[in-house]
Amino acid sequence: MIPHENFKEYKHMESVTTIRMTYREALKQAIREALRNDERVFLMGEDVGRYGGAFAVSKGLLQEFGPDRIMDVPLSESGFAGAGIGAALGGMRPIIEIMTVNFSLLAFDQIANNAATLLHMSGGQLNVPVVFRMSSGIGRQLAAQHSHSWEPLFAHIPGLKVLSVGTHEDARGMLAAALADPDPVVLFEYTAMLNLEGEFPANNHPVNIASAKVRRAGKDISIITYGPGVYKALDAARELDASGIDAEVLDLRVLRPLDERAITDSVSKTHKVLIVEEASRSVSISSEVTARIIEKCFYELDAPIQRLCGVEVPIPYPRHLEEASIPQKDQIVSTIKNILKK
Amino acid sequence: MEQQHQQEELTMEKSREQQFLYQMMLIRRFEEKAAEMYTKEKIRGFLHLYIGEEAVATGVINALRPEDNILCTYREHGQAIVRGVDPGAIMAEMYGKREGCSGGRGGSMHLFDASKRFYGGNAIVAGHLPMALGLALADKKMRRKQITCCFFGEGAVAEGEFHESMNLSSLWQVPVLWVCENNLYAMGTAIKYSHAVTNLEVKAAGYGMPSASVDGMDVRAVWDAAEKAAHGVRDSGKPFFLVCNTYRFRAHSMFDAELYRDKSEVEEWKKRDPIALLASYLLDHEGMTNEDFKALEEHVGSVVEQAVQFAEAGTWESIDELTKFVYSEPK
Repeated sequence: MIPHENFKEYKHMESVTTIRMTYREALKQAIREALRNDERVFLMGEDVGRYGGAFAVSKGLLQEFGPDRIMDVPLSESGFAGAGIGAALGGMRPIIEIMTVNFSLLAFDQIANNAATLLHMSGGQLNVPVVFRMSSGIGRQLAAQHSHSWEPLFAHIPGLKVLSVGTHEDARGMLAAALADPDPVVLFEYTAMLNLEGEFPANNHPVNIASAKVRRAGKDISIITYGPGVYKALDAARELDASGIDAEVLDLRVLRPLDERAITDSVSKTHKVLIVEEASRSVSISSEVTARIIEKCFYELDAPIQRLCGVEVPIPYPRHLEEASIPQKDQIVSTIKNILKK
Repeated sequence: MEQQHQQEELTMEKSREQQFLYQMMLIRRFEEKAAEMYTKEKIRGFLHLYIGEEAVATGVINALRPEDNILCTYREHGQAIVRGVDPGAIMAEMYGKREGCSGGRGGSMHLFDASKRFYGGNAIVAGHLPMALGLALADKKMRRKQITCCFFGEGAVAEGEFHESMNLSSLWQVPVLWVCENNLYAMGTAIKYSHAVTNLEVKAAGYGMPSASVDGMDVRAVWDAAEKAAHGVRDSGKPFFLVCNTYRFRAHSMFDAELYRDKSEVEEWKKRDPIALLASYLLDHEGMTNEDFKALEEHVGSVVEQAVQFAEAGTWESIDELTKFVYSEPK
């Protein structure tokens, strides 16, 4: 993956100053900025402080901000996730880090039964401005209990806003927007992308978390995706470009509530769709996007919607099986050539 | 309107104990009326009555300050009344009317009043304990002197969230008054089938937290214990675990045939009815007369009647507004 070279839009924006850093560094700078800008913000999670973050995202922040604002917590996911919700009710702006998305199920009661419901159950009296960050995704041979694409589980729940951090720009710019939101936000970050370097506009934050974003404009087919699918789709689009195929890449970014307008706009332009996601196929984000397209702009389609999804299997350990369990660039390329009969 | 009447009555009362009596009688009569309205299908869903346990909410909440936070279970009508949530707004909430204290969206199990720092009405057993912890953490971080009082049943003590919250509150040294209302049954499961150790207050030792247990049928004893506990929590900024041993006279909810306990056991506990206990104390020691008692009953009856009228007169939210309160409205 060489993401920065794919950003067609930036190449045409000559006046924009870009910066280059790893996805991890972008996440860290976003946290640091939030802590500096608002004294109500604190980061709480397992090993975020003395250990430096399980994936070194928060390394050095304890030394900079002290233990009241970088809080190490015991292995009590429900307890500290709920404490984040309570602290948000009490006027703070907590960032709750769940070490991996798998552990989020131990906090699922708090997220689904409390964070997502309080505003409604209280008739609008109590909003919950809490942010849950969780590292997720597939691709580091972490096997079935440490690698998952569970965005659809969370995106099913009214009351939550679910964001997928698929680019460096969003790694740097989504947190500030999430913290400014009055409601609970779940941020999916991707472990496999942490070391990846990328380039993005220097003054891009906070980003708009109300809408999807066209990462590459094209006219022949829409690749609708999110998370790690974004860079894979951009790589595929670059390769397809050489074959004379001009693919559009739409990064959903906001998985709940979905930006339906961006989806229908893109489909109405290209009339062909490939949806790419790492979550397993059944009852997924791609299922929902497919349904929306059928409902809202069926007659714009010139070909059946195609999907490339995670294979329906707990993630296996061996590299070759793990790679085979999620969509890869080559499959995107060949599927699109097939759809376009080229 | 109801609110004004209630406040008037409270200031008219001579002693703390007489206020307790009024509040407990109001809870009792209010809930009897709610049960009646349930059978008339004015109230639907789950309705969990607090009858028999009135001394716990009354004793504890009177030991708190208005700025303190309160979180409760789904059996929370009593706590809401003692906290001063308008009885009319509570009844309207159970009716599902717009004028309810949660705008009708919550019902009996989800009474909220942000202006009274009354944070529900939470219906996942032990699910609100971590939130209580977080509210107290925010108070500590913001250097506010208020405390958080969290009610839960002994059923919650079997949940992981209880143990996580106890540990974290002690680890972080945050001001929470944990109040266990031990009514001996988690729905239909008796405490001996739920807990290896049934004197629950000793569990606090595992978290290095002070604790006490008290006769939850004796409101004076509950108030006394809660007053000391709340004072300690406020002073030290550290948590405390208070177990109130009580008993629910009615079924778990309106769907409960009570197959799990003998009528004789219920009758035995009714001999220690918290209202009767306090009334006889007041008759014996504070010169309260049967006439006073009758006048109080009449007043309580009229407050409840006004609450029903308020609920009956309430309005239904338009279906157009169905998806309100899922996300905050843009300011």
